[in-house]
Amino acid sequence: MTSLTLVRRIKARPSIVFDALTTPEGVASWWGPDSGPVLLAEIDPQVGGRFRIRFRMLDGSEHESSGEYLEVVKPERLCMSWRWTGGVEDPGESLVEIRLRAVAEGTELTFTHSRLHDEESRRSHEEGWTGALDKLERQFLANERSSP
Amino acid sequence: MVNYNERLDRIFAALVDPTRRAILARLEREDGASISALAQPFVIKLPAVMKHLDVLADAGLITRSKVGRTVTVRLRPEPMRAAMDWLRRYERFWSKSLDRLVAYAESKEAEARTRRR
Repeated sequence: MTSLTLVRRIKARPSIVFDALTTPEGVASWWGPDSGPVLLAEIDPQVGGRFRIRFRMLDGSEHESSGEYLEVVKPERLCMSWRWTGGVEDPGESLVEIRLRAVAEGTELTFTHSRLHDEESRRSHEEGWTGALDKLERQFLANERSSP
Repeated sequence: MVNYNERLDRIFAALVDPTRRAILARLEREDGASISALAQPFVIKLPAVMKHLDVLADAGLITRSKVGRTVTVRLRPEPMRAAMDWLRRYERFWSKSLDRLVAYAESKEAEARTRRR
């Protein structure tokens, strides 16, 4: 699971979804895991262009990420490098890829965040140890509960 | 605190190898197994197994203890939890953000339709 894939079906046409992903107003209205504000949204959605987005969570913590657009195909594909910046925990550069596909109800969005760790963990993901990890973790938790 | 990322690097590097994962899976069923018992199902030789155990121990995933002439191996849950927490943070961030994106795009779509009428 050092690569994360999420799929959403959206009742909106791809061009609207694409704009939501690539305009400062759009990004400012959804970016972040809670309703805390987006403090900064600099977005230059063209190949070689950069983004920098900073948000504050309801717990008061602020987080910033930035990167470079590697592929911009309106309204179907976005690919960018990604890095947490301005914080203490920087696990290095990763890769975000968003694909939009027109479907009857609107858009199917497939989001992938990959290379979340180093080269090795990427390989290991291909070997598919996600399930093994989950299982191990469950067991660890179970062991802890049962130990005195 | 030892560098957080270095620690994660060690954990992920330890988990990348199929033999080491097999050892962990075995320990999951049989915590406290002896080294010779752990080595038994593998075609590789004992010294190679010992090397794998060194990597797992460096990552903090196992501990070894010697009782008499037998070395037993136990799992340690904390590093695994650190690695899982780290991965889950990404999942939480994106999952919640995308839910909000869906709501936003759908409201924009509704607006666009109203305007057209």
